[in-house]
Amino acid sequence: MKFKVLYYVNQFFGQIGGEDKAGMEPEYKKEIIGPAMGLNGLLGDEGEIIGTLICGDNYFNEHEEDALEYITKVIKEENPDIVVAGPAFNAGRYGMACAGVVNAAVEKLGKKAVTGMYIENPAVDYARGNAIIIETKDSAAGMKEALPKIAAVVKKLAHGEELGTPKEEGYIPQGKRLTVFSEDRGSKRAVDMMLKRLNNEEFETELPMPVFDRVDPADAIKDLSKATIALVTTGGIVPKGNPDRIQSASAQKWGKYDVSKKDTLKGDYITIHGGYDPVYANEFPDRVAPLDILKEFEKEGKIAKVYDYFYTTTGTGTAVGKSVEFGTEIGKELSEAGVDGVILTST
Amino acid sequence: MKLEHRRIHIKDMQIGKETKVVDGVLTINEEELIKCLKEDKKIKEVKLDIARPGEKTRIIPVKDVIEPRVKIEGSGNGFPGVSTDIAQLGDGKVNILHGAAIVTVGDIVGFQEGVVDMWGEGAKWTPFSKTYNLVIDIVPVEGLEPHNHEAAVRLAGLRAAEYVGEAGRDVEPDEIKTYELGSLAEEAKKYPELPKVAYVEMLISQGLLHDGYIYGVNSQLILPTLLHPNEELDGAVISGNCVAACDKITTYQHQNNSAILDLYEAHGKTINFLGVILTPELTTLKGKFRTCDYTAKLCKTLGADGVIISEEGYGNPDSDLLMICERLENSGIKTVLITDECSGRDGMGQPLADTKKEAIAVISTGNVSHVVKLPPADKVIGNDRAMETLAGGWEGSLSEDGTLECELNAVIGATSEIGYHNLTVKLY
Repeated sequence: MKFKVLYYVNQFFGQIGGEDKAGMEPEYKKEIIGPAMGLNGLLGDEGEIIGTLICGDNYFNEHEEDALEYITKVIKEENPDIVVAGPAFNAGRYGMACAGVVNAAVEKLGKKAVTGMYIENPAVDYARGNAIIIETKDSAAGMKEALPKIAAVVKKLAHGEELGTPKEEGYIPQGKRLTVFSEDRGSKRAVDMMLKRLNNEEFETELPMPVFDRVDPADAIKDLSKATIALVTTGGIVPKGNPDRIQSASAQKWGKYDVSKKDTLKGDYITIHGGYDPVYANEFPDRVAPLDILKEFEKEGKIAKVYDYFYTTTGTGTAVGKSVEFGTEIGKELSEAGVDGVILTST
Repeated sequence: MKLEHRRIHIKDMQIGKETKVVDGVLTINEEELIKCLKEDKKIKEVKLDIARPGEKTRIIPVKDVIEPRVKIEGSGNGFPGVSTDIAQLGDGKVNILHGAAIVTVGDIVGFQEGVVDMWGEGAKWTPFSKTYNLVIDIVPVEGLEPHNHEAAVRLAGLRAAEYVGEAGRDVEPDEIKTYELGSLAEEAKKYPELPKVAYVEMLISQGLLHDGYIYGVNSQLILPTLLHPNEELDGAVISGNCVAACDKITTYQHQNNSAILDLYEAHGKTINFLGVILTPELTTLKGKFRTCDYTAKLCKTLGADGVIISEEGYGNPDSDLLMICERLENSGIKTVLITDECSGRDGMGQPLADTKKEAIAVISTGNVSHVVKLPPADKVIGNDRAMETLAGGWEGSLSEDGTLECELNAVIGATSEIGYHNLTVKLY
């Protein structure tokens, strides 16, 4: 049986018209239109295009929610194996529409999706990580080159085959760092790379340096005696028994626990952090998350209040992506609760 | 210094009445070894088991791996300063039961040991699936604090390696590897045209069960120090840490440090190998500045043109790695770094905890959070329930049928940052 592909294009590639038709609402035709023709031919006996979704670029960008509602409905009903959008080349609005369509197909419907864009199309950042984005030229003159690459990737995805590297397949790196086996062990590769450097030959690092976010520190709290302070730790301090089963490394979640009636974590809390010797933390968990001192400050009036809940996770080996997620979630709760400041402890 | 690694190829391992090697078959006298280990009053019980390559056996939780050897010529046998009297290492002849390993297991801290699978999918991820493993499970006396428990297990592993190694004393080796390196002046004279390359080996030195030892000295207490590479190949450096299994440098990997061996391989052909600088990874900012400055200074004093730097662990030591790199590159010394990365289970995360523009040549030995699925074993040595609390495991890691799902974090030696294993990371 042939696998089924649903194709998305804008008004222009959908052969409705130019800029004057950019406001058209999405419509679905059980036909093979525009670039879908080329792709259909390239899929040969293996797959077929079952229909083409067409939407005006302006309409999509101005009424994204409405457009996507219709589009996801069609995708759901037609139930293709793969959704293909574009290629959008360097067209900004078309690019955003393609990104919107493939993101919805992947995130909402769990479909596999492929699109094509010029590397500098701003929509690349929106679609990256969800759809495979074939790298194209900056104009429609690159269609002939792009379609065979799209076809090759579509076939592999449809058959559940592993994709090759971005270079081999011609797609824009998704930013996914995948562990694979190498021919030589690491130390041999290090010596070889060193020789290349010493001989002034070209070499390719296996780990380009990450680019960091910089976060500006918040303004100082002017009057601590009126401030509510929350306690947050990445030191893996949890109630005995670890009720939420937070991982001891590479945390996938965080926990929050009511400490409003406690003066110390001693006795009821332990650490499950895998990166340090737990003996001293288990003996006295306030060494890692100093609830005792904060409560003293509260009693002395140095601070107005210790926030009722204590937040915790494990820092060791936890991906920055997860940390951003946790920080955003915890930050939102604290901010909504009117917390003025946070004592954040690590280990 | 000149050191001979005289390898006796071990083709099988058996428990028996006498400890000996005959035709590559290593037999171990169980009773005698247990008696020897129980001389340590902190040890209550010892259980021995054998795991052979290809057997559907899982060993968990693994603390350390050690190669059994005996020094037949030259000073120092075993692990001077730790299990034997102090001696100068690096010269002489060592008979090695090549292909055999002592593997210590035991639930010490609970989070920080790992798994070794001897067959199939799991075998690909750890170098210790290829060795005949004598597994030593040690039960300490009651009430022993974790530090003392760790020390007892550490010592027991080393003593077992010495005991078993003795079996090779009078056996003719199958293969001899000679490692010879003269003084800096001599080598520079021999190879005036070759670029000079040093190796910086970073050691986790954070206290609280996180230390390496050099001739028995806790690396936490040292300034960065210069070693002749032969000293490490002769047992001067041992693992005393309980960090994540994937990138702790086990004692076996110190004894056979792949970065040293690969640099030796190139020595006299394409480079002039200067030696090894052991650098502690400290936790304080002051400590980091001190050791990184000092390490760079040693490299400059040696006149290095290039330096290979390997990390141990991840997280805060990423900063030490990059600080050393920055200092060297800015002094005109070319660096290549070896590290693993924490890119998250989906591989979409930022791989390191720090960044420096000078780090342009980096070897990645894998993502510690890469998830692997290991099919059920026929036999489990140790306790596979340990997986749920290990770094790299989670609740539900162990399925009812015995299938194990975990991050590489939990697999011994998977992402070895001395480059001992053959993993890398590609951008997709």
